[in-house]
Amino acid sequence: MSKFMKLIALLALFALVLGACAPAQQQPTESDKPFRVAVIMPSSISDLAFSQSMYDALVGIQAEMGGPEKFEFVYSENMFQVDNAAAAIRDYAAQGFDLVIAHGSQYGTSLQEIAPDFPNTAFAHGTTNRTFVDEGIKNVYAYEAASNEGGYVNGVMAAKLTKSKIVGIVGPIDVGDAKLYIDGFEKGVRETDPSITILKVFTGSFGDVALAREAADAHIAAGADVLIGTGQMVVGAIAAVDEQGGKVLWLGTQSSQTKLAPNVIVANQIYDWKVVLREILGKIKKGQLGGESLIVTLKNKGLYIEYNEGFSGLGAVKADAEAAIQGIIDGSINPLP
Amino acid sequence: MDVSQIFSATVIIGVLTAGIRLASPYIFAAIGEMFGQRSGVLNLGVEGQMLMGAFTAFYVTLQTGNPWLGLLVAILIGAIMGFAMAIVSVKWRAVQGISGIGFYIIGMGLSELLFKTLLGEVKVINTGFNPVNIPFLSDIPVIGEIFFRQNIMTYMAFLLVPIAWFILYKTTLGLKIRAVGENPHAADTLGVSVAKIRFLTVTMGGVMSGIAGAALSIANLNVFQENMTAGMGFIAVALVYFGGWKPFGVMFGALLFSMVMGLQIFMQVYKFPIPSEFLIMMPYILTIIVLVLTVGRVRSPSALTKPFVRE
Repeated sequence: MSKFMKLIALLALFALVLGACAPAQQQPTESDKPFRVAVIMPSSISDLAFSQSMYDALVGIQAEMGGPEKFEFVYSENMFQVDNAAAAIRDYAAQGFDLVIAHGSQYGTSLQEIAPDFPNTAFAHGTTNRTFVDEGIKNVYAYEAASNEGGYVNGVMAAKLTKSKIVGIVGPIDVGDAKLYIDGFEKGVRETDPSITILKVFTGSFGDVALAREAADAHIAAGADVLIGTGQMVVGAIAAVDEQGGKVLWLGTQSSQTKLAPNVIVANQIYDWKVVLREILGKIKKGQLGGESLIVTLKNKGLYIEYNEGFSGLGAVKADAEAAIQGIIDGSINPLP
Repeated sequence: MDVSQIFSATVIIGVLTAGIRLASPYIFAAIGEMFGQRSGVLNLGVEGQMLMGAFTAFYVTLQTGNPWLGLLVAILIGAIMGFAMAIVSVKWRAVQGISGIGFYIIGMGLSELLFKTLLGEVKVINTGFNPVNIPFLSDIPVIGEIFFRQNIMTYMAFLLVPIAWFILYKTTLGLKIRAVGENPHAADTLGVSVAKIRFLTVTMGGVMSGIAGAALSIANLNVFQENMTAGMGFIAVALVYFGGWKPFGVMFGALLFSMVMGLQIFMQVYKFPIPSEFLIMMPYILTIIVLVLTVGRVRSPSALTKPFVRE
């Protein structure tokens, strides 16, 4: 093969590599000045978890605001490397987007560096409550989810559903949103039935599907018959639960996971970020570019429990779950540990 | 559930069963990589090849309901990716470490793209390779449960080890592979085509990585998610060093790593009084310790990472 051919082939290969790595984007049109949002997400928009919850919310907001002519959004997914994400954040800000969302608390440090360079761009990141206002930065919003609330409700349901009196948790790492959710779940279980044993495994990774599966199998071997978990890797755990053919049940969080295993999933806590997005958009239009921390809760309906109506045993627990939701909303139940 | 139960039958069976199951993708990928390295080619693209194998096997199984067809397609895709790696690293003599990383990124990106366009969402299949109880043997208490109730691909992985040993040490092909990896110039003088042997081993390495991916998506997990290998391909490369470039060494390494992984999970379940963060590190720390202990005892193939140029 001639040198020229080699060069062409290598270039083609290079183009393929770059093409494969390029973030999925929808090109904005410049015609009638829609509100333009760019989002950086750590995992895939179809992860059935954290990233998908934001993607679904943006699709919803776009419909509410009258389609892509009024509200445009572009996204970069699978930005698990923080330096790549930082480059994308800076790039989007430089392109003049009205709002740049860094969907992950791990991007906070990058945002703290970048936001002061673009004082006319609004930024948002979560889940965290750090807006960097104390550091003199005024154009960063923070958002978080009171995931312990739905965790508590799932705990109540798990306590009612378990026959073996053993429930299991598959978590990624014991910090942040995952810890909050798990803490709420444990409290919900204990306050419903203190005799129940709660087992916990952390995989140390948001992506290791195989390990999540082994964690679920270990729980099942130890006698657990209701499992929960948080993080993108839980699909492995759900597959393990599904293989038990209905003897073991699953309660989901972040996005609806019911489609994955409709026979064993009882309910999901859903994050509806539309609630905080509406608020942030409203404030930006009034000229406030940041400096505030917002939260989705059961009370403001940014969190809600989606039941799997097709699950036959739902009737036995739905009333208890609804009572717990009411209790959390009216303050008679404290879902914090 | 307390610490004393960590020595119960449930835990011992659980850890060993999990260890054997977790080891099978590592064994496939690492044995394939071992042949490549034995002939002098380091392929760091294993992870990408595994992802492509995992996706294609999953997709075909989902569409046809036939996991054998899924496995076949994963083999073909692995062969194509392995062959492409051979063109770049053997024919064009590119720096192996860098071209391997390139193929890792291609495999990761392409599997994501295919997942997005063909599937769009995570799905679970129930038509994969489910556990098979071997008649009589699976009824033996404890041992039956651990060894003889695994899925067919796990059996295949462990069967591959003696076959690989036989090929490497008892056949002319194995002799040629070792010769090419140790002293390609001498092999070339004796009429062995260095390029042909390396094309063969690197392509077969791709096939094995493709099978490893399939073992994950249609046998162990029955699910596909983007980037689901989560670094397993790189661990497989490390296992080749760990195993001293020998089939049984690689198998021992894969089993040790996987069993410690299984053990740390059960230690968390049974509330062992060590923080989960330390337990999670255990398999990795152990791997490093063993690697350090074996330094100097085993020697890598002399021509590893060195492209062959006839003088």
